[in-house]
Amino acid sequence: MFTKKKCVAMLLAGGQGSRLYALTQNVAKPAVPFGGKYRLIDFPLSNCTNSGIDTVGVLTQYQPLVLNEYIGNGQPWDLDKLNGGVHVLPPYETQAGASWYEGTANAIYQNMRFIERYNPEYVIVLGGDHIYKMDYSKMVDFHIENNADCTISVIDVPRSEASRFGIMICDENNKVTDFVEKPKEPKSTLASMGIYVFSWEKLRKYLIENENEANEKRAKGENWSKDFGKDIITSMLRDGQRLFAYEFEGYWKDVGTLDSLWEANMDLLSPSLPLDLYDPSWKIYSRTNNMPPQYIGSNAEVENSMITEGSVVDGEVDFSIIFSGVTIEEGATVNYSILMPGTVVKKGAVVEYAIVGQDCVVESGAKIGLSPESVENRDDWGIAVVGHNVTISEGKEVLPKQIISENI
Amino acid sequence: MDLNNKVVGLIFASLHDSSVMELTKQRTMGSILFGGRYRLIDFPLSNMVNSGVSEVGVITKSNYGSLMDHLGSGREWDLARKRGGLHLLPPFSQEGGGIYRGRLEALNNVWNYVGNAQADYVILADCDIITTIDFQKVIEYHNEKNADITIVYAKGKINAEEGNVGDVLQLNEDGKVADILINPEFTGECNRSLDMFVVGKDFLKKIVKEAASKGEYSLTKHVLQAKKSEYNFYGYEHDGYYTKVDSMRSYYKANLDIINFENRCKLFKSDMPIYTKVRDNAPVKYGLDSDVMNSVIADGCIIEGKVENSVLFRDVVVKEGAVVKNCVLQQGTVVGEDSSVDSVITDKNVEIGAEKVLTGSSDYPLYIGKNAKI
Repeated sequence: MFTKKKCVAMLLAGGQGSRLYALTQNVAKPAVPFGGKYRLIDFPLSNCTNSGIDTVGVLTQYQPLVLNEYIGNGQPWDLDKLNGGVHVLPPYETQAGASWYEGTANAIYQNMRFIERYNPEYVIVLGGDHIYKMDYSKMVDFHIENNADCTISVIDVPRSEASRFGIMICDENNKVTDFVEKPKEPKSTLASMGIYVFSWEKLRKYLIENENEANEKRAKGENWSKDFGKDIITSMLRDGQRLFAYEFEGYWKDVGTLDSLWEANMDLLSPSLPLDLYDPSWKIYSRTNNMPPQYIGSNAEVENSMITEGSVVDGEVDFSIIFSGVTIEEGATVNYSILMPGTVVKKGAVVEYAIVGQDCVVESGAKIGLSPESVENRDDWGIAVVGHNVTISEGKEVLPKQIISENI
Repeated sequence: MDLNNKVVGLIFASLHDSSVMELTKQRTMGSILFGGRYRLIDFPLSNMVNSGVSEVGVITKSNYGSLMDHLGSGREWDLARKRGGLHLLPPFSQEGGGIYRGRLEALNNVWNYVGNAQADYVILADCDIITTIDFQKVIEYHNEKNADITIVYAKGKINAEEGNVGDVLQLNEDGKVADILINPEFTGECNRSLDMFVVGKDFLKKIVKEAASKGEYSLTKHVLQAKKSEYNFYGYEHDGYYTKVDSMRSYYKANLDIINFENRCKLFKSDMPIYTKVRDNAPVKYGLDSDVMNSVIADGCIIEGKVENSVLFRDVVVKEGAVVKNCVLQQGTVVGEDSSVDSVITDKNVEIGAEKVLTGSSDYPLYIGKNAKI
């Protein structure tokens, strides 16, 4: 017996995150560490809890071990519920055979029975790779007020960047009239944030139709995808369904690439950032391991940084994000960098403009990254990246733009 | 050896409350804040859990609201269990007593709980000792010696100025207790009891019931001292780091002691983590002009000023131009712009305005009570 839920969230967490390279070698993108003590998935999960959505399906496919372990029973996000709560939904085998998730729409299609158990009026579809704080309940209210079939949250982006996003073209009432994926000449600057609210009956209908249509076309040897943006939204627009754009104001950042991941972390150090992690009314929850408070030693110089419990810092840290259990020895320098949990930077090592993965060892005298000023040709500069569990031996160097995933 | 369901742990959350009156005004000894993110009860509780004990009763006396809030269902210590788990044992009057005078009396009051526990052994611990200890080893020693009661002690020095020395054990070469002295007047090396005991449940029942029938209440006085020749009492030496909170001064010192890196490593071992209530604080944010040295800082703090030789609990704010030295600032303390505080202990949520100067001394730190605004 399941209680009826007004709104069920479906979180798409199966993507490989291939543009994060070494950082997603063995972990799904939503499990990538972020902001000192979080993982990417903490943001949508915490938003759900803070918005009063207590039933969340997490669709996983790529490298789910770490992500599954991290989500566990959902307790850190208050999602260990008698009715509802968080459920990890991997692909599974049926009498008709087994198949992987073939796109975002297909992933939800394969889990329609999960949604139906709660008989919801609305389904909110979320991604696992965006940093933002958002009250989803306001978006659902907007959806109801407009008597919409689908509401897409959008953010106003600079015109110069609009061609990187899916762009919504709306009338004066925010009703969507057209949708273009990555237009060369954008007619609007309202970019889709990949967050959709659907009236469940409508979504259900379109999921089934799209699935059948796609399979028919495929049987004929034609290409046909099973995605939300490309297929479901397009079909609904074609049929004249009521689609609305919900304008979001606030900080929102896609962290799909190494550069944007680094930038989003650095954003946290900006005093004018409109994303307050210290606001007790909208906390971002995470699963923590029990570590003592951080120790800042006698030789330490720490400025403009975020550092997390369990860390021991006796070196120089400036403009950096230091995760839990990191050691920075006396005489080591860390600037404009992100050090993920458990990493050790030894005496005399220098880490600049870099992302260093979990449990790495940077031996004395090793050098990772360079500042943009110290590179002659600006095109040669970029973030240096070291994957998880990598040792950088004494005296070795990791150059800007280099991505290291094995010991050197 | 699997200890599950063979041992029940009992923690006295309120013994020694009177030794730090300022801090226990609104809470029990067990819920005193310590070390940036802990409460004193986290240490005995985590030690028991890390030693494989999955059933723990917490004996309270008064003012235990904050303790209940902290412990909740025991989930953070992995003690929200169907078999065993955490039980809060509020004052319970069996024979009109209710509020107890000593350990034996307290045990008699909660005997229904202890008696029903599926256990062969009982571990007793208080909340005033901060240490990391493996109780499995104590139980092994207890069995090896065929002891009736094993008392955990540590070798330590007693300084002349120390007020409350506690119990001191005199042992023969086998480790058997020859005598036990309560607050003896001497200085120098000795075996200081850590007020942790391992005892067989049946034996404990016998002495608790016997004491009740005679109106006796003190484990030390009425059993360990009075019956030392009748029974086998043994001392188990704990050689790890420990510190005892028995005055404001020792509370202050105990906090500052964990800044020392060696002490930190001995107290916080990766294979024996100290669990506590999770509060989901963001990482510590250091501002553009922050200057921090030799300090222990808990998550959720925002530091824009100078901090030296201090312990900052969760959500402390040190504003621009402020200087914090030799301080223990509890959860939610705010130090205003250009203020200077030295050798100060603040209780929870103290607000120190701008340009204030507060100075205590290292042997008599200035204490500022909960929610005070200066």
